[in-house]
Amino acid sequence: MTDMTDLTAQDEADQYRPPRNQWLDVWDQFSTHKGALVGLGFFVLILLGVTFGAYLWAIDATYIDIRARNQGPSWEHPFGTDQLGRDTLARMIKGGQTSISVGMTAMALSLFLGTAIGVVAGYSKKFDGLLMRFTDLFLALPLLPLLLVIIMLFRDRLRTVFGPEEGIFILIVVVIGITSWMHTARIVRGDVLALKEREFVLAARSIGTPSRRMVTRHILPNVLSPIMVSATLGIANAIITESALSFLGLGFPSDFPTWGRLLFDSTAYLQQYPERVMWPGLAISLTVLSVNYIGDGLRDALDPRIRGR
Amino acid sequence: MLTYTIRRLLVAIPTLLFIALAIFMLLELAPGDPMAQVPLTVPPEVKEAMRQALGLGEPVHIRFWKWLVQFFYIEPLRLIDYVLGTGIVEGQQRIISWQTRSSVMDIVAQRMPQTLWVVGMSYVVGVLIALPIGIISAYRQYSVFDQVGTFVCMVGYSVPPFFTGVVVIVIFSVQLGWLPSIYDTTLVVDSWSSFVQQLAQMIMPVMVLALQTTAQISRFMRASMLDNLHQDYVRTARAKGMNEPVVVMVHVLRNSMIPVVTVIALGVPAVFGGAIITEQIFKVNGIGQLLITSIQANDLPMVQTLTFIFAILIVVFNLIADVLYGVLDPRIRYD
Amino acid sequence: MILRYTLLGIAAAVALAPTAFAAERGRDGKVNIIYWQAPSIMNPYLSGGTKELEAASLVIEPLARYNQDGALVPWLVDTVPTVENGGVSADLTQITWKLKGGLKWSDGTPVTSEDVKFSWEYCTAEGGGCAQSEKYIDVTSVDTPDAQTVVVNFGVAKPFPYGPFVGAQAPIIQKAQFANCMGPKAPECTDANFNPIGTGPFTVTEFKPNDVITLTANDNYREAGKPAFKTVNFKGGGDALAAGRAVLETGEYDYAWNLQLAPEVLTEMEAAGKGKNVATFGTSVERILVNQTDVSSALGDERGTAAHPHPILTDINVRKALSLAIDRKLLVEIGYGDFGRLTCNVLPAPAAFNSSGNDACLVQDIAGANALLDGAGWARGGDGVRAKNGVRLSVLYQTSTNAVRQDFQALIKQWWQEIGVETELRNINASVFFGSDPGSPDTFQKFFADIEMFTNNFDGTDPETYMAGWACDQAPRPETQWQGNNIPRFCSPEYDKLVVEMSTTGDINERARLAKAMNDILMQEYVIIPLVHRGRNAAHANSLGGVVLNVWDSELWNIADWYRIK
Repeated sequence: MTDMTDLTAQDEADQYRPPRNQWLDVWDQFSTHKGALVGLGFFVLILLGVTFGAYLWAIDATYIDIRARNQGPSWEHPFGTDQLGRDTLARMIKGGQTSISVGMTAMALSLFLGTAIGVVAGYSKKFDGLLMRFTDLFLALPLLPLLLVIIMLFRDRLRTVFGPEEGIFILIVVVIGITSWMHTARIVRGDVLALKEREFVLAARSIGTPSRRMVTRHILPNVLSPIMVSATLGIANAIITESALSFLGLGFPSDFPTWGRLLFDSTAYLQQYPERVMWPGLAISLTVLSVNYIGDGLRDALDPRIRGR
Repeated sequence: MLTYTIRRLLVAIPTLLFIALAIFMLLELAPGDPMAQVPLTVPPEVKEAMRQALGLGEPVHIRFWKWLVQFFYIEPLRLIDYVLGTGIVEGQQRIISWQTRSSVMDIVAQRMPQTLWVVGMSYVVGVLIALPIGIISAYRQYSVFDQVGTFVCMVGYSVPPFFTGVVVIVIFSVQLGWLPSIYDTTLVVDSWSSFVQQLAQMIMPVMVLALQTTAQISRFMRASMLDNLHQDYVRTARAKGMNEPVVVMVHVLRNSMIPVVTVIALGVPAVFGGAIITEQIFKVNGIGQLLITSIQANDLPMVQTLTFIFAILIVVFNLIADVLYGVLDPRIRYD
Repeated sequence: MILRYTLLGIAAAVALAPTAFAAERGRDGKVNIIYWQAPSIMNPYLSGGTKELEAASLVIEPLARYNQDGALVPWLVDTVPTVENGGVSADLTQITWKLKGGLKWSDGTPVTSEDVKFSWEYCTAEGGGCAQSEKYIDVTSVDTPDAQTVVVNFGVAKPFPYGPFVGAQAPIIQKAQFANCMGPKAPECTDANFNPIGTGPFTVTEFKPNDVITLTANDNYREAGKPAFKTVNFKGGGDALAAGRAVLETGEYDYAWNLQLAPEVLTEMEAAGKGKNVATFGTSVERILVNQTDVSSALGDERGTAAHPHPILTDINVRKALSLAIDRKLLVEIGYGDFGRLTCNVLPAPAAFNSSGNDACLVQDIAGANALLDGAGWARGGDGVRAKNGVRLSVLYQTSTNAVRQDFQALIKQWWQEIGVETELRNINASVFFGSDPGSPDTFQKFFADIEMFTNNFDGTDPETYMAGWACDQAPRPETQWQGNNIPRFCSPEYDKLVVEMSTTGDINERARLAKAMNDILMQEYVIIPLVHRGRNAAHANSLGGVVLNVWDSELWNIADWYRIK
């Protein structure tokens, strides 16, 4: 993605076809990656499923039909029912909305924080010490008391401003985000420390590239692959952390299904109703896997050295 | 590098003091009550008297100062006394846990064997499996090995230990009856049979934990290797006629280690922190279980001490990682 | 059901008795006990927690304790003193205990009345923060006329003088061991606190706090041939599911405590054939409290005080409708199975105190509840939620985090929805909810919600203090640092009059009448909505004999009689 490679790519392109958008090239490369395409397809499918599923499957996720409890899969309840007779399919759809949105937003927040802090610390010697000691502090703080404090201080305020569900959503996303950026920050900083001594950075600096441009054009694209890995692991992490939070009574209200919570609740019934634990487990794994393959494809597609070939 | 290390160590002292203060204030602010686990039938006046007996009546800054003195002065000297058999701080107040009314450090020492056996071992196993998987997956990108490795790692990472732990217990303890589901911390390994017993009770928690470590580290290893495999210097090395193992294992690997070293260094303090969920499922009762029970019981001296030891390890291992960066890539200079 | 268990236990004990004399102490090897919450100390005076109390009961014992029926039985004495046998003075201010002859501590020294007196001094010493000081309330002095005799003097007439030295909460500790551990020095005696010298069937060989306790049979135990087990492995940690599995499915452990699991999970585990579930009932009731004060955060410091009555829940029709809509039978079936019973009282036991005046609650009546609300002027709005004068029937319903409670919340929310009440659920970490940090808004006593649910009970068999908790002046409020048992902030002069009357009444039948009347007021005002009379359950291996579950004292009260069925 550097200027130089863009130039050579354009030289060749000029002879055969009109100049085209860089992002089209990225897409071309992405679409040659079979795993990435399958992953993307799957991810879109899951997104569509949880977004529009609720319109197709009319049973309410919180409706209790106590006579129908602990049922196996049937036409009425394709995924069976839970210990209170709530329809598992409806709960999976509703839970997916929450889990995916929490997973994506919290991951994005943590990635943003981690990358920003990591790049700044790695790139500028001035802030390195301070930012990394700050990271040490965050790594050292005990998570549970921290969560209790955050929830005590902000839950009621957010609830009055945004309403009970949105308030808790913001709280959870922020809590997960600000307690999981440290790994990304350390990893990105390590890579940046090595990168900034490389010849191309020296070259770019010698022609007077300003710092902001250095970071966005030269440094960031080169630390993309650890960021992608962090992103994939981050989604899985956020989905599971959310379930741990609601289990501790710090998350969504208990009647609010999420995939992590469904997985946790059904673990107790593992021997009696093994199929019940399968659905949330499968959904989380497939989501994480598809994001992983998309990440792989994106990384390849954004790497000009690979894209050129 | 030496001056850098010394400077960093000096900076670590105020950093750690600040962290200690931050942890203390956080615990102070957190809602919770050491009397929460006392039955509701005990009247409030009695609970209040119990709180006073724990020293909760004293102002915050005095309690923090006392803890600092105990942690930085009395406990180290106590260790010297213990090793040399002297009596320098005989009779001085050590850090006392509110739950057990006994020395925090003694309990920590008691918890170390099982924590190291299980959590430490799982970390070693995890790293040892992860590195080859990461390297081969990257070198043979999109091969069957890579695909299977990716699949297993990602699925392993997305199903949390509270699930995998129960699954392996149901399979190996309940159905097959091969392995014990409860870790016996009183077992003394002094013979072949007790060693086998120790292995049998370790294997499930170690593998469950190693799965998480392996998944994480192998992904970073693979990604970083992939980045480097296409670099110009690799082409140059090959063009110079170096054989493939040297190119991959010496040149590429060394240059790919920076993110991996970061992740590994971040994981070592976590070994001391224990594995809360896995310890709970297998009843290992290591540091992780100690921390969570102390948090639930609001045993502030215990939580403060454990988290602070954890903080020291974090600072030290991040420093080690920073020094290793310089070793791996001599272009990185801090001075 | 419970009767069957009790009978089984007695039958087992009777069957054992003839062989016990001939048998040798420690003949049955090792017994493995798992408590999924691990004991952290062996001194019940320094920790009020149930787990510590029960672990300590293996080693140290009281003068008398309660049996499985809640009756007092002599333990380190030959008879329980009463007014009839002259052990309690006629003015009820003095009780005289006579120790058994030849009692020895596990270190071989004799147990004397000085040790008993010392136990009182230890717990009441200034600055010790003794968790059981309530047991010794009103004791003015303890006299020791001779080595076997203990005379306890009370400052007031005590109709029920069995607080000091009775039950697992008030055991006798050795003076020689604890003499230097009085008051503020109590925590310094780690060795004594972890390894108390006792009179019980076992002594500690190794104590790993919050992990595992290893005990061996006490060589100086007073009964020959007991205990049958040579060692006890008392493991702690994990969760209820894992503990149940270790006893019922893998058979690694012999006894597991307090298995709060879904009934179907327990039944399924029992089907593995390795062990069985047992249950027994005390005074615990899972209940819903209905807040009588307004907790809107706009009120600032006056939030949750009597100055602001609750906008909707002060209407008795609403409270009654909330109760009518609940199907208690289903709650018992889903949440507790064999270890839950139906009740319409907050005071369900002992039998003499159990009122039958409120049994209408046993049948769910959604139509009745709807009619009641319609009649009271609460009309349904477009979204199905009722409102009156612009105030919606919307409540915040909080409880502690616990799988069964969350299932209850979901069920009750749905029933209330059917009668047009909107419910927001909240669950709070137990260590915060049951704590009393005045800075935390989430404690059960502050009750900054409209509805809350938890379980409570009372110690022993006398409900006087328990019932007195709902007097007007017991309401938690800022002046009391939010302490007090009248958590719904209920206030009725009629009720307060009964409280005063009970405190001066000695006749047992009259006391029962008063307690029932108080219970009926609370029930008919619907400020407390009882849900389930909860039993205590446990699981033990099929090969473990002699287990008699007891809710009135330590569960392990008769471990000396446990044996291995061969």
